[in-house]
Parts: sequence; C-alpha cells; structure tokens
Amino acid sequence: MNKLLIAAALAAAFGTAHAQQTVRIGLVLSSSGQFADAGAQLDNGIKTYMKMHGDTVGGRKIELIRRDTGGIAPDVAKRLSQELVVRDKVDLLAGYVLTPNAMAAADVSAEAKKFMVVMNAATSIIITKSPYMIRTSVVLPQVMETFGTWAATKGGLKQTYTMVTDYGPGHDSERAFQTGFKNAGGNIVGSVRFPVANPDFAAFVQRAKDIAPESIYIFIPGGAQPAALGKAFAERGIDKQKTKVLGSGEATAEAALKAMGDNALDIITAWHYDYKLDNRLNAAFVKEFNAMHGRNPDFFSIGGYDGMHAIYETLKKTKGNTDGVAMIAAARGLRWESPRGPMSIDPETRDVVQTVYIRRVQKVGGELVNVPFDKVENVRDPDGERRKKK
Amino acid sequence: MFWLCTLLPFVVTPAYLSLASQIAITALFALSLDLILGYAGIVSLGHAAFFGVGAYSAGLLAKHYWGEPLAGLILAAAAAGIVGYAMSHIVVRFRHLALIMLTLGLGLLLHEAANSASDLTGGADGLQGVKVGTLFGFKFDMFGRTAYAYSLAVLFVCFLVCRRIIHSPFGLALRGIRENAVRMPAIGAPSLAHLRKAYTIAAVMAGIAGALLTHTTSTVSLEVLSFGRSADVLVILILGGAGRLYGGIIGAIIYMVARDQFSGINPQYWYFWIGLLLVVVVMFLPNGILGGLGAIYKKSK
Amino acid sequence: MLSSLATVLFDGFAYGMLLFLLSVGLSVTLGMMNFVNLAHCSFAAVGGYCTVTLVNSFGWPFLASLPIAFIAAALVSVVLERTLYRHLYRSSDLDQCLLTIGIVFVSVAAFAWFYTTEQQSARPPEWLRARITVGGINFAGYRLFLIVFGLAVTAILVLLLERTRFGAQVRAAVDNQRMARGLGIDVDRAFMITFALGGGLAGLGGALAIEVVGLDPTFALAFLVYVLIVVAVGGLGSIGGSFAAAVVLGISDMAGKYYFPWLGAFLIYLVMVGLLMWRPLGLFGKR
Repeated sequence: MNKLLIAAALAAAFGTAHAQQTVRIGLVLSSSGQFADAGAQLDNGIKTYMKMHGDTVGGRKIELIRRDTGGIAPDVAKRLSQELVVRDKVDLLAGYVLTPNAMAAADVSAEAKKFMVVMNAATSIIITKSPYMIRTSVVLPQVMETFGTWAATKGGLKQTYTMVTDYGPGHDSERAFQTGFKNAGGNIVGSVRFPVANPDFAAFVQRAKDIAPESIYIFIPGGAQPAALGKAFAERGIDKQKTKVLGSGEATAEAALKAMGDNALDIITAWHYDYKLDNRLNAAFVKEFNAMHGRNPDFFSIGGYDGMHAIYETLKKTKGNTDGVAMIAAARGLRWESPRGPMSIDPETRDVVQTVYIRRVQKVGGELVNVPFDKVENVRDPDGERRKKK
Repeated sequence: MFWLCTLLPFVVTPAYLSLASQIAITALFALSLDLILGYAGIVSLGHAAFFGVGAYSAGLLAKHYWGEPLAGLILAAAAAGIVGYAMSHIVVRFRHLALIMLTLGLGLLLHEAANSASDLTGGADGLQGVKVGTLFGFKFDMFGRTAYAYSLAVLFVCFLVCRRIIHSPFGLALRGIRENAVRMPAIGAPSLAHLRKAYTIAAVMAGIAGALLTHTTSTVSLEVLSFGRSADVLVILILGGAGRLYGGIIGAIIYMVARDQFSGINPQYWYFWIGLLLVVVVMFLPNGILGGLGAIYKKSK
Repeated sequence: MLSSLATVLFDGFAYGMLLFLLSVGLSVTLGMMNFVNLAHCSFAAVGGYCTVTLVNSFGWPFLASLPIAFIAAALVSVVLERTLYRHLYRSSDLDQCLLTIGIVFVSVAAFAWFYTTEQQSARPPEWLRARITVGGINFAGYRLFLIVFGLAVTAILVLLLERTRFGAQVRAAVDNQRMARGLGIDVDRAFMITFALGGGLAGLGGALAIEVVGLDPTFALAFLVYVLIVVAVGGLGSIGGSFAAAVVLGISDMAGKYYFPWLGAFLIYLVMVGLLMWRPLGLFGKR
C-alpha cells in the first residue's frame, strides 16, 4: 500500500514536472473547406521539421494544439486564438494561413503578450498588428515589386498588361508589380481583374491577346485556377516567345504544372521557394517530406518548416523562456540557412527577409520544372521599408 | 428557466465565454431568420446580407467616428432595416424556388459589391482599424465576459420583442399567410404589406446581430456577407426547428458546440461528423430538434 | 471583332453544356418528385474522382473512364435514394435540405480522406485537346468535344422522354403525380430510374469538368450555386429549360467577362435575378 502511494506520488510529481517542461504551441490553420490543402501542406512542413530535428528544444518538449478556422473566418480565428491562450494556456501562437485570420488573431497576441509566428499569410500590413509577431513565409510586395523592377531592367521588358484576381492579394500584387515596373521605366498598357471564384479564363485571355502586349503579368490564387488559366493560354494560342508571360509562383506550382502540361513552358515566375531548388538542405527536406507524406512540399510547407525552425532557435536563445517580450527580442535579427536559401528576420520590422528567385518553366528530364535563372538576394518588404521612413 | 441557464457559462465554463458570445450572436441571427421563414414562410438563402450590412455599419462607425457600441447597434439596425425594406419590395412578390434563388442572388450581389468597394470595406482583407469603445466602462477583452454579457442581453431583448410580435395580431396574420397565401387576402388581411413588414423587422434584427459580432471581435470581413453564412444560419434554424421561437437558439447552441468540438478533435475531417449529425437528426427528429421532440412528447401523452 | 464574338459564343456554349450536364438531373428529379437534393453535385464529384482514379492510378484512357464515371455516380445515387431519401419524400422541403446538406458535408470529408485535399487532374488524350483553326479563328478541341457531347446527350434524353414508354411515364409523373399514380403508373420505380439517370449524368459532368475547372473535395459545394441557378432559371422538370438556361448563363458569363470585365461576377447574378423576376417559374417551367 505504501509502495503504491509512493509510486503514485512520484508519478504525480514527475507528471507535473514534465508538464511544466512542455512548450505548448497553439497552431491555428485552415484545415477544412476551400483552403484545406494549404493548411494540410503547412502542417506537413511542421511535422517534417519535427521529425528531422526532434520534438525537444533545450530540454523542453514541444506540444502542438491544432485548431481549424474552416477558411476565411476572422471571428473564429480570433476566438480560437483567445481560447488557446486563456483555456489551453499555450505559450505561443503559430500558423495563420489567411490574412483576415492573422489580422484578427494579432489582437490576441498583442493583448496577451504572446509570441506569434505567422507561417503563411502574405499581406504586408499584418506584421504591424502585434509587436510580438514574426513572419516566416513571404510578403507579397517583397516578391512582386522586386519582380516588377527585374522585369523592366534585367528582363528587358518595356510594356506589360496586368491580370489579377479581384481580391486583397490580387490588388496588392498588382500595385506592387506596377510600382516596381513603372519605377524602373516600364509602361503599363492596361489591366484587368478576374472575379474571385472564376472557373474559366478564356474570355479574359482573349481580351489580352487582342491587345497584344509585350508581356502579361498574372496573379491568381493556387488551387484549380492556374491550370484553367494555362489551358486558356494554350487554347487562345498565346505565343510565349512573342508575349512574355510573367506570373507569381503559385501559378506554376506543382499541381498547376501537371494540369497545364506543355502549355506552361516558358512562363517566367518570381517566388521564394520551389521543391526543386538545388541545395543540400532542400534535398534532405524534400526526401523526408516525401517519405512522410507521399507528395512534394510547396511554399506552404516551407513556411511551416521555417516557422518551426524560428521557434526552435528562439527558444534556444531564450533558454526555454517563452515570455513574449523575451522571445521577440531573441527572434529579431535571427538568421539561418533554410531549404529555400539564406533567410533572416528583420530586426526592426520583424518580417521575413529572403531571396527572390526568377524562374522559367522548362522541361528537365521529361518533367516540367521551374528552373531558376536569376535571383535577388536579401529582399526586404518594400512596403515595410516605406513604413520605417514615416 | 431557460434564460437562467444561459447565465451558467459565466460560472461553469468561464474559458468558453467567447464561444458563448458567438453562439448568442448566431442565435439572434437565426431568430431573425425564423421570423420570416418559420412564421411568414419566406425561405431566404441570402439573409447574411443584412447581417453583413449591420456588421459593416457598426465597423465603419467605430473606425471613423465613434466607438460607442450602443450607437453602433442603432446605426446597424437602421442601415439593415433600410436595405431590408428596399429588398422586401422585390422579395415578397415571389414564392418557391424563385424566392430562394432571388434571395441568394441579391445576397451574392451585395457580397460582390462589398468586394469591389474595397476602398470603403477593406475588401477581402477586412476592415482595418475598427476601434470599439467600452460598454458602460467594460472593455471587450480576450476573456469574453463583456462580449457574452452584451450579446446575451441583446439576444434576450430581441427575443422578448419577437415573442410579442408572434403573439400579436400581426404575428397571427403572418402565420395565416404562411399556411395559405391565397386565402388571407380574402379575409381582409393585406398580405404583401405584412410580409414586407416582417422582412424589414427580420432585417433589423439580423443587422443588430452583425453589429454585435463587430463589437465583440473588433473585426469585419467580407465573409459576414457570404453565401456560407446564409447557408449556415439556414441549416442551424432547420436543425433546431423553424417556427418554434426557440428553434434558432437551440439549433445555434447544438450546431456551434458540435462544430467546435468536432473541429477540435479532428481539424481536417470534422465535416464528416457534422454531416452525420445533420443526417441523424433529420432521420429521427423530423421538423428539427424541437419539432421532433415535440412530436415525441405528443405521442407519449 | 467578329472573331472574338465567335469565340465568346463558342466558349460560352461549351461551358453551358458542362453546366447542362451537371444540372439536368436535378431539374428533372426536382420537378418530378419535388425532392430537394442538394447533394447532386456530390454525385458529380463521385464521377470526377472515379475518372481520376481510373486515369491516374490504373492508366485507363480518359474516354473509357467516362461510362464508368456515369455508372459509379448512378449507383451511388440509387443507393442513397433507396436507403435515405425514400423516407423523406413526404417530409418538408427544409428537412430534405438538411438531410442532403448533411450528405454533402460527409462526402466532402470522405473525398478529403481518400484523395487528400490536393487538386486533381485527369488529362484527356492529345488529339482531343488539339487546337482547331477555322477561318482564322482558334477553337479549342476539348470545348468542341464538350459541345458535341452535350448535344448528343440532349438528343438522347429528348428521344427517351418523347419516344419511349418510360419517358411517357416520367412526363406524366412530372405533370401530375397523383393522376399518374391513379393511372397505374409505378411512379416510384420511374423516379428511381430517373434519379439514377440524373445522378449518372452529374457524374459525367463532374468527370468532364476536371479539364476545365479542376477537382478537389469542395467541388460539391462550390458548384452547387451554379447548378441551382441553372435549375431555377430553366424551370423545374424541364430538359429544354435546363438546356436553355445553361446556354444562356454560360454565354452571358463568358460574354460578360470579355466585354465588361469590370462587372466580373456581378453579371451572372444580375442575369439570374433579372430572368427570375421576369419568369419566376423559369424559362420553361410549368408550376
């Protein structure tokens, strides 16, 4: 009887001591609905990182508590983040696939003084919403304005016709690309916006063809649309040698390339990550990801992967202290080598700084691949830089 | 009695107050739909239009001029009422599938308009800079106490108003119209005017619910106008049982608690469980939970 | 100028054919039995995923997978009809909505479970995707295929309805169910066969749609609105109505995007609202 009591007491002591050692991370994703695949790939990236680097940091075990927003639902995202802090007593918040969700949850991070890692949402202004937030994914103007500048300078283009989807990220990238292009001396000959849930692009592409510009810049969300757009280009007979097609990385993601087939050849895109990037870290990452999940990683996955890396490194620097003030101080200026190349967290804006790759779709070994042929390194978010000056 | 139970979350589950306040808001939204669907027989797939108008009105007021929540409520009610009154002239003249699709179409058009007017509404990223003030000195913090008290109080008041309406001659006329739209004019009740009035009142209440959401979360985004929100509230009302006053509230509680629990346990595949719940309820409890329970009660007598 | 009009009409017509295939089943079953089957697009997704499996995992040719997609979707719809739907024929519209929405949710989760949330593609053969040039205007081979296919299906359906005894039974049941029963027509059996046919056509539509709009688990929810619009505008229980509505909507959607891109998504909803206000029973609807 005594032995049992002692055993029980030891177990209880061990149990609570063990619980105090755990770092609890509230992971808010869109795991169902329209953006389920993005959420799934992001989570896969996290799981891959934890498999490769273990689930303990500085003697403390990492525990993830997953919540689903179901898509764009800032009220739900905010409530889930609140509950994670108040009820589940998480030490930090992470995830956030969609901009409105990240914005709403930022209030919770600010109020509760919790370290927050945005692993996907790409709108520039998000980072200003909480002083305890960092971002490890991408900022749209970071890529698009750089691309616009590149297109008008090294790309040698003088004219462009922009076609974007009529929603927040579409407007942002349109503005960013046009700013970069115009400031570098280019001329915008026209622009059009597609409705959001647009299944068929034939009419829009025909319009573009009738104008016959030197280049076309497109921005559409991932999912079914890139393939549909690629098909429209082929059907309408857009000759990519005469009219350069420029796009965001989402337009030539793996699923899109598979569906577009040879229609995708010679599309030039700018993006921060592709699963075919040729470096040692990426080779290892892709191999492990494939083994675990049976498919290739994408930019959602790398956002999750690097997000976890940032958390791990920050925890190592604070020696396991999860206080928001301590963590954000340690996270500022963090630099590391990622499967996407070198990246860092800007000490002033707390936003991601990384390399933007310029790629062309080519056939390599019978497969369609985004082949990088140029890059711009250490790119900061131009909107963030402009905010600094104010 | 039921209303006393709604005070329980403050004591029993204080960590769930944010969820409770969102349930209360959804319950009010469902109640407003019940007024036209359950009592006047107007099936609407676009009711989120008024919810959204209310939410954006409150948001814009708080952002640009005045953060006082009660002022926001009044503005939201007025704005939603005006839009509701305008739409009612079109809507009440139709029945059956045409009515459903018209409400759907009008709702979708409003959603598109809000997306296009992104300078005003903030577009897909949502309205930024909504600064909601304090309610009688209480802040809307992350613990949700103020939020729940506020939502619950407004729900209760609107519920009382609804009950008054249902039991009034106007309410009886509405039920008469629902039962037989042809006969009512014959006994002298002008049905189109009645329907317009009901539609407007329902719009006002939905607008108030929308404003509550803005105040308790300090955010407004396009999805308050979305088809998804209209469809959700319709499912909730049918689940609880239309035309029974409490149906919307019961439906909201069950649906949202179930969804929260399922998605917490199984974030990727919770659709399966919630779908199963709906199928099971329909097969065993016709006319919603309250309808089915009522039938069982009658049979057991 | 004229060439762009030609391509808009052509593309719009092809898109309309796709909408027709997806919607005709719902229109007829709704008109016949007044059963609100919101899970109709889940049958389409069944057909789509069937094709994806056959083409990608088993290496079947695209065209050969189409009949199987039809059969699979028809089977699923019959099973659901016999087990669940049958009990709710006399229930309220609202209950039917709730049941079928529940089934859609279950199907979305099921597809996500079996196929993940990834976008799927199933490529038709090269010769079907070729570009055809007539009089200096480019026409997409696949869209031509859609048009030919859609017209063929329409012809078969009309023949079925007008020339066969089964068709006569269906027409009678749509016009006046009570009378039809009184005349000794086995309405339930006719309905079951019609339901299977409608589900199968939806499955075909889902398979054919992959090349145009892609496929993922949320397809069943995403297309529901478009299908409802076609059914409402066309009129319940009418093949001609579905055809006309699908063509009108397909062309106006395409034309709107080409000539008034700033209107964007507004146009299809405006057209629907306008047409319904003018003809609340649909273009060819009877009751």
